[in-house]
Amino acid sequence: MNFNNTVLSLIIFLPMMGALIIACISNSRAKLIKYVAALFTLIPLILGVIVFIKFDRSAAMAGVMQFDANLSWIPLIKAYYHVGLDGISMPLFLLMDLLGFLVVLISWKIDLRPREYFAWLLLLEASILGVFASLDILLFFIFWEIEVIPMFFLISIWGAGRKEYSALKYVLYTLFGSAMMLAGILCLYFTTGSLSMVDIMHNGIGSYVSVVPTALMFFLLIGGFAVKLPVFPFHTWLPDAHTDAPTAVSVVLAGALLKMGGYGMIRICVSFFPAVARQYAPLFIALAVVNIIYGAAVTLKQTDIKRLIAYSSVSHMGFVLLGIFALTQVSMVGATMQMVSHGLITGLLFATAGLVMHNTHERDIAKLGGLARQIPMITIIFTIAGLGAMGVPGTSGFIAEFMTFLGSFQSNVLFHGSTLFAHVFTVIAILGILMGAGYILWLLQRVFYGPPQDKFNGVHDADKLERVYSAIFIILIFTIGLDPSILTNIIKTGISPIIHLIGG
Amino acid sequence: MQNNFVWLIFLLPFLSFLVISLFLKPLFKDKPKLAGYVTIAAVAASFILSVVVLFKLLGAADHKLIVPEINWVIIENGVTIHLGLMIDSLTGIMLMVVTTVSLMVQIYSQGYMKDDPGYHRYYAAMSLFTTAMLGLVMADSLLLAFMFWEMVGLCSYLLIGFWFHKPSAANAAKKAFIVTRIGDFGFLAAIIFLYAHTGTFDIATLQNMAVSGMLAGSVLTWAAIGIFAGAVGKSAQFPLHVWLPDAMEGPTPVSALIHAATMAAAGVFLVARTYPLFEHSATALHTVAIVGGFTAIFAASIALVQNDIKRVLAYSTISQLGYMMLGLATGGVAVGIFHLFNHAFFKALLFLGAGSINHATQTFDMREMGGLRKAMPKTYITFLIAATSLAGIWPLSGFWSKDAILSQALDKQPIIFVLVLITVFMTAFYMFRVIFLTFGGTYRGKEHHLHESFSVMTIPLMVLTVLAVGSGFFNLNGGFSSFFGAGETHSILEGLFGIFKEPLPWISLLLAGSGIFLAYAIYSRKWISAESLGKMFKPLYQLFYHKYWVDELYEGIIVKKILMGGLFKAAHFFDTKVIDGGINTFMIQKVIVKNFFAGLFAFDRKGVDGAVNGVAGTTLAAGKTIRKAQTGQLQFYGLIIGLGVIALIVSVFIFSRV
Repeated sequence: MNFNNTVLSLIIFLPMMGALIIACISNSRAKLIKYVAALFTLIPLILGVIVFIKFDRSAAMAGVMQFDANLSWIPLIKAYYHVGLDGISMPLFLLMDLLGFLVVLISWKIDLRPREYFAWLLLLEASILGVFASLDILLFFIFWEIEVIPMFFLISIWGAGRKEYSALKYVLYTLFGSAMMLAGILCLYFTTGSLSMVDIMHNGIGSYVSVVPTALMFFLLIGGFAVKLPVFPFHTWLPDAHTDAPTAVSVVLAGALLKMGGYGMIRICVSFFPAVARQYAPLFIALAVVNIIYGAAVTLKQTDIKRLIAYSSVSHMGFVLLGIFALTQVSMVGATMQMVSHGLITGLLFATAGLVMHNTHERDIAKLGGLARQIPMITIIFTIAGLGAMGVPGTSGFIAEFMTFLGSFQSNVLFHGSTLFAHVFTVIAILGILMGAGYILWLLQRVFYGPPQDKFNGVHDADKLERVYSAIFIILIFTIGLDPSILTNIIKTGISPIIHLIGG
Repeated sequence: MQNNFVWLIFLLPFLSFLVISLFLKPLFKDKPKLAGYVTIAAVAASFILSVVVLFKLLGAADHKLIVPEINWVIIENGVTIHLGLMIDSLTGIMLMVVTTVSLMVQIYSQGYMKDDPGYHRYYAAMSLFTTAMLGLVMADSLLLAFMFWEMVGLCSYLLIGFWFHKPSAANAAKKAFIVTRIGDFGFLAAIIFLYAHTGTFDIATLQNMAVSGMLAGSVLTWAAIGIFAGAVGKSAQFPLHVWLPDAMEGPTPVSALIHAATMAAAGVFLVARTYPLFEHSATALHTVAIVGGFTAIFAASIALVQNDIKRVLAYSTISQLGYMMLGLATGGVAVGIFHLFNHAFFKALLFLGAGSINHATQTFDMREMGGLRKAMPKTYITFLIAATSLAGIWPLSGFWSKDAILSQALDKQPIIFVLVLITVFMTAFYMFRVIFLTFGGTYRGKEHHLHESFSVMTIPLMVLTVLAVGSGFFNLNGGFSSFFGAGETHSILEGLFGIFKEPLPWISLLLAGSGIFLAYAIYSRKWISAESLGKMFKPLYQLFYHKYWVDELYEGIIVKKILMGGLFKAAHFFDTKVIDGGINTFMIQKVIVKNFFAGLFAFDRKGVDGAVNGVAGTTLAAGKTIRKAQTGQLQFYGLIIGLGVIALIVSVFIFSRV
C-alpha cells in the first residue's frame, strides 16, 4: 500500500463514497449536500493534479502503465481489478476529474431534490473516471454501463423539454452500442483467454486462433464507441440529450462522456487490431469528414442555443475520428488533444449557454439578441469559448485541430494504393473550421449583438461563483493553447507504442 | 544575447492589453483616459525600439539580425516547433510602418473616441491588434505567422464590431472574419502541404529551398497559390474584397490603422515574406499579377461613384493593394513594399482626415458636406496633400512608388499595364471628386456648428502629412531598394529629375492631371453635369454604383439560396426526417419499444422485478423515490444493463476454457 498504487482507486471511489454519503442526507439540507459534493470532488481533483505532476513523461516510460494497481478479482475468469494510466488516459482522466468538481459548482443553483441530483452526479463522475483508468476489459465494461444509469435519471428528472424522451433515447442508443461491444468483448475473451488490455495489446490479436474473423470483432467493439463519440449516422441521440439535459450534465456529456468513445477507439480498436484498423481506416476517415462537414451544415440551421452547440460537437468529434484513423503519431496526438480541448471549450460553451438560458428564461436564438449591454460578463466568457471552438490561435482548439490536420495530411493510410485520399479528405476537413467560424460568429451576433431589448432589462449577469469557474476554464484553454507541450509530452508517450504496432 | 530586446517590440503592446483589460477596466472605471495613455506609451516604446532595430539592420551584414528562438512544442520524435523572430530589411520597414501609424492613430483616437462608453475596450483591442500585427511581421515560421495572422483577423473583428449594438456593425464584423477566413483556409492548407513536403515551417529554410530548387514544380506552385489565397483574403483582393468596404462600420481610426495601413497590407507583406516561393513559379507570379492588376481597376471603378467618403477610401485601398500585388509580381519585394510603405502614411492620413470631417459634420455622406475648406483649414490642407500624393503627382510619395510599379508592369505584363494606367486616371478623378464635394462649394448639410477638430487629432494629421510628402524621398538615391538588395544607390538629383528622361512619367502625370481636371470640371465648375453624365453612361454607372452586384451574388445567391436555403437545409432535413425520423421513430419507437419491450415489460411485472432490484441494488439505492417520478419503464433499462453484465459474467464462466 503506497501512494502510487492506491491513488487512482481513491480518485475513482471518493466520488462514489460522496454519493453514498449524500444519499443519507436529507433533501432539506441542500447547502450541506452541495458542500459534501464539492469536497468529494475537490479531493480527487487535487489528487489528480498530483498524479499529473508526478507522471513520468520520459520516453522510456512510453506505453508503461503508471500508478497502476492490479488485484485479483474473479480468478476463475482471470478478471482483475486493474487500474492505471498511460499518456492517453492521463489527460482524459484529469479532464473528468476537473469537470467533476466544476460541474458541482455549475450545479450550485439546483434546488430540485438536491440529494438525488448530487448523488447521481458524483456516481456519474466515478463511473467515467473508472472507464478511463480501467485496464481490465470487464472492469471497463462495467464502469461503461454504470454511467448510463445516472445519466438517465439526471436527464429525465432535472432536464427540460422532452426530457423523458431524450433520456430514453440516450439509454437505447447506448445500450445498442453496448450490446455490440459486449459481443465484441466476449469474442475477444474467447480468442485470447485474457481480459487484460495490456496483455492483449502487447501480444497482438494475430498471435491467437480467432473464434470469429478479427474484422468482425473490430466492428462489434467499435459499434459501442461509434455511438458514444458519436459517428454519423449514430449521432441523433446527442442533440436531444444535450438540449434537454440540465446544464451541468451537458457539460459532463460534452466534456468527458463523448471522449469515452474516442478513448475506446484508440485504446481498444486501434491498439488491439492495428491491421484491421489500417484496412478500414479509409471508411472511418470518410465518416469523419461527413461528421465534420455535415455536422457543421446542420449546426448552421439550428435555432436552439443548446442544440446548436450540441451539433457543433458532432462536427468537432469528426476531427477526433479523423485524427485517430489517420493513424499517424501527430494526428493521434492531435486527436487526443482535441478531446481534451473540446472538453474544456464546449464544456464552457454549455455552461455559459446554460447561464444565458437560466437568466433570460429564453433559449430560442431568434428571440434572444442585444444581450451584450445587459450581461457583458457572460458575453465575454461566451465569446472566448466561441473563439476556442472556432480554433483561433492561442486557444487549445487551434493547436489540437492544427496537429490533427498536420498528421492526417501525411497519413499513409492507403485507398486503392494511394495516399491522395488522405490529402483530399484533410483539405475538406479544414473547410470545417471555416464553417465553424460561420456558426459561432452568427450565434454570437444573434444572441449578444444588435440593439438591446427592453424585455431583458435587469437580467442578471454572471455572479462570483460563475465567474470563478469560467475563469478556470478560460485559463486552461489558453494555457494549453499557448504551451501545448504540457499535454503533448504526456500524450506522446501513450501514442508512440501504438504507432509502433501500426508500423507507421 | 543582445538582440533579445526585439521580443519587447510586440510584448509591450501585449502588456498594455493585459494591463487595460485586467487592471484598468475593473479598477479604474471612472478614469478611462489612463487606457489611452498606457497604449500610447507602449506603442511609443515599440516605435523607439523599432527605430533601433532599423538602424541596427542598416549596419548589419545582409541586413539581418539573429534573435534566439524558443522551443515551443515537440510534435513527433525529433520534430520541434520553434518560436522565433526573423528580423531582416522587410521586417525593419514593416515595423516602422506599423509602429508609426499605430502611434499616430492611438494619439488621434483620444480625441475621436472621447466620451465613448467603450473607451477601455477600444484601447485594449487596439493594443492587442498592434501586438498581433508586430508579431506577424516578425514571425520566423509560417505557423507562428499564421497564429498572429488569425489574431490580427480577430482584433479586426472586435474593432469593426466595436459598436455591436448597430446591426450593420455586427454584420460587417462577422462578414470580415468569415470572408478573410476563406482565404486563410488556403493559407493553412498551404502550410500543412509545405510541411508534408519539406518537414519545416521555417520561412528562411523554405526560402532557401525554393531558391536552390529543392522545392519546385507543382508543389511550389500549389503552396504559393495557397499562401496567396490567404493574402487575397486579408488584402481584400478580388474576389474576396467584399469585407473591406463593410469594415468601415468600425470607428474611423480603426479604418485608418487596420483597414488601410496595416492589416489590409498584411497580405502584401505575406507575399513579400514568402517571395522566393512565388519567384520560382511562373504560374504563381502570373496569378498574383493578374489578380492585383484586375483588382486595381475593378475597385477604382467602384470608387468613382460612391457617395460615402469612407467607402471611396475603402475601394481606393483595395485598388492600391492591387497595385502593390502587381508591383510584387512584376518588380519584386522592393517595388511592392515601397508602395505599401508610402501608401500606409497617406492612406492613414486620408482616413483620419475623413474622421475629422465626420467629427464636425456627423456624417460620411458627401452629399451632405461641401464648403468645409473654411471651417476646417488644417484638415483641408492635410487631406489635399494626401489626396495629391495618392493621385501620384510629382514629387509626392505616391508618385515614386506608383511609377516604379508602372514601369515594371510595362516590361513584364503589358496588358495589365494598360489596365493600371487607366486606373491612374480613375484614382486622380475619384480623389479630387472627394476634395471638391467635401471641401469645395457651399455647405449642404443640416444646420450644424462646423468646427476644426481638437489639436490631439490635427497634430497626428500633420505628422502624417510630412510622411505623405516625404516618404517617397527615401528611395531618391535608390536607398530603399538597395536596403532590399535590389539596385544600386545613386545621387539624389539624379533620382529627383532623372526619371523624366523616360516617357512613362509624363504619360502617367498627364493622365492624373486630366483626372483632376475632369473632377474640377464636373464637381467644382459644374461645366459638365454629373447627373447627365450618369444618365449618358447609365448601364456603366449602375454597374459601378452597385459594385458589380458581387455582394448580391455572394449573400443573396450563394449564402442564402445555395448554402443556407439549399445544401444546409437539405442536410438539416435529412438529419431530422431521415436519420432521426427513420431510425429513431420507426426502428426504436415502433419496433423495439412497442413490440419487443412491451413483451418484456409484461414479463418483468410478473416475475423479474424483485430479482432486478437485488442485482442492481447498489445503483438503485435511491430507487424508491425515483419510481414515484418515473414510469415503470425505468426499471427496464436498469434491467437490461443488469442483464448485460450478468450475461457477460455468466457466459464467460460457461464458455471459459480455464
